[in-house]
Amino acid sequence: MDTRVNPKKPGLKERYAAMTRGLSWEPSYQPRDKVFPFDKYEGIRIHDWNAFADPFRLTVDAYWKYQGEKEKKLYAVIEAFAQNHGELGVTDARYINALKLFIQGVTPLEYYAHRGFAHLARQFGGDGLRLACLYQSADELRHQQTETHAMSVYNKYFHGMHESNHWFDNVWYLSVPKSFFEDAFSGGPFEFLTAVSFSFEYVLTNLLFVPFMSGAAHNGDMSTVTFGFSAQSDESRHMTLGIECIKFMLEQDPANVPIVQRWIDKWFWRGYRLLTLVAMMQDYMLPKRVMSWKEAWEMYAEANGGALFADLARYGIRLPKGWADACEGKHHISHQAWNTFYNYGAAAAFHTWVPETEEMKWLSQKYPDSFDKFYRPRLEHYAERAAQGKRFYNGTLPMLCTTCQIPMLFTEPGDPRWIAYRETQHDGDTYHFCSDHCREIFEHEPQKYVQSWLPVHQIYQGHCFSPDADPTQPGFDPLGEVLRFYKFNLDHDNMDFEGSEDQRNFREWGGGQDAKEGQL
Amino acid sequence: MSITAIGAYDFPAKDVVGNFPAPLLYLGWDQHMMFCAPFAVPVPSAMRFGDLVTDLLPRLFGEHPDFSRIDWAKVQWFRSATLFSPDMDKSLAEQGFGHKSVLRFRTPGLEGLRGSFG
Repeated sequence: MDTRVNPKKPGLKERYAAMTRGLSWEPSYQPRDKVFPFDKYEGIRIHDWNAFADPFRLTVDAYWKYQGEKEKKLYAVIEAFAQNHGELGVTDARYINALKLFIQGVTPLEYYAHRGFAHLARQFGGDGLRLACLYQSADELRHQQTETHAMSVYNKYFHGMHESNHWFDNVWYLSVPKSFFEDAFSGGPFEFLTAVSFSFEYVLTNLLFVPFMSGAAHNGDMSTVTFGFSAQSDESRHMTLGIECIKFMLEQDPANVPIVQRWIDKWFWRGYRLLTLVAMMQDYMLPKRVMSWKEAWEMYAEANGGALFADLARYGIRLPKGWADACEGKHHISHQAWNTFYNYGAAAAFHTWVPETEEMKWLSQKYPDSFDKFYRPRLEHYAERAAQGKRFYNGTLPMLCTTCQIPMLFTEPGDPRWIAYRETQHDGDTYHFCSDHCREIFEHEPQKYVQSWLPVHQIYQGHCFSPDADPTQPGFDPLGEVLRFYKFNLDHDNMDFEGSEDQRNFREWGGGQDAKEGQL
Repeated sequence: MSITAIGAYDFPAKDVVGNFPAPLLYLGWDQHMMFCAPFAVPVPSAMRFGDLVTDLLPRLFGEHPDFSRIDWAKVQWFRSATLFSPDMDKSLAEQGFGHKSVLRFRTPGLEGLRGSFG
């Protein structure tokens, strides 16, 4: 009888090779460039695709097994949270508004990221990179789903979540994240990678996830925290992909350096502008604060990011052009953004409010150079008006920046007394911007940004009314019609937190933490 | 610069003047950021500057406590960053305002809520 010989079990490296490169082949019926038509036109030169190696050596079978286990744990916690009415254990119903912003503005980006990486997973010429993008594509889809599930319990009891997908596609402030991602995935695959994997996932991701997830933990939201834990290992893999991809491009050819540098300049600034929404959430929407936006910026951007760019200097990469302006903005942007949402609180699908006295004291301490001088007087004025029953709502639409699509709320770098106005001419028209950097992004590719779907302009062009709206009828109320088109549940999704149904219900249901627990 | 694209790339601009009911005018009151950003409003180019001052500006900015204290004779007017002296009887178009022009004004002595530029 023959002795059966068990083949030697392959090691991690061999397994990875067999399950990735071993499954790939060189096309023979069609020329390679027809099979991969997207990976050259941006000008990035790749001489050896095999030089990219996934540092995690992840294979598909291991990926599914590992993610499946995380999923089981996550859904067990979400279920227990719902069963135990965990939504009543958060600090204060104001906290829920941070979740509304998340489900409206961040969760849809996960889905966009899924689509973008799926495209890359098909189009890159190298199998190692294709596979890494495939995993990330699956991760992002999973994040979109698990975030939705983790927050769905809140949707049963609170307003401002029920039409989040429709809002993402139509509501003015959500065009900021939407246009950010559409800009990224309408670029080529290497630009997308630089935009999302490097600038966003590597340089800026901590500024998004730490405030939201630590904010959730601090405010008693175990459902969202558990999502955060289940996404954490994915995020660290995404960060690694981000830095590995940048190094891969830079090492392949010196001609790649200026192209990558320009993308870093662009996407650092686009990402920074997008994070304005997070800055505001962190300083104003968490009843129990984690740290200020300024502190987070100093820790995660100035310290960590500074070290990163010092490391990349050996490739000829310098700090992004907007770096100094972004660092200077740390004193201001959260306050300016909250003021904007307070202004347009009738047209936002979450509540706004004037911070309480103790909270203003915290803001003064955290922002000694800006809060008392520039921002406290506005808030106190709003509080006085509200006390007289005349809560301030701004009823006229704002001017927007053509690139980031944020209302023109930002002030001159180094001089917060003046709104920053920038403009340029293209093809006989004038275009306006919030900053030198947004203008420069436009000027590099004006043909792209002349197509910007600017919500304010779209409203005036009559594209944000329901099909049955008739602007020729007497008494036609254009702004009311826009809110109807938005599918807002009026006076429930929007307006001030004070007097809202969310506030009343939460109180009547006995929600909230012990007063001491809830303190700053 | 021209765009980096995989093929022919030629798409219409979304915000040309013909797509709006009237040319778009942006209006900002400097150092009064209680109004978080300048406004965007379609304004007929035949509108007299004087009508804009008496009809439109109060509607946009009237809620600010400084508004009633404005000395209109001292107001400084800017077309984008250029200082100019408006003729109240002439139209916006006659004074160089077109689609997506910016009109800014400064009110010396008034520096917003408690001097905060807000």
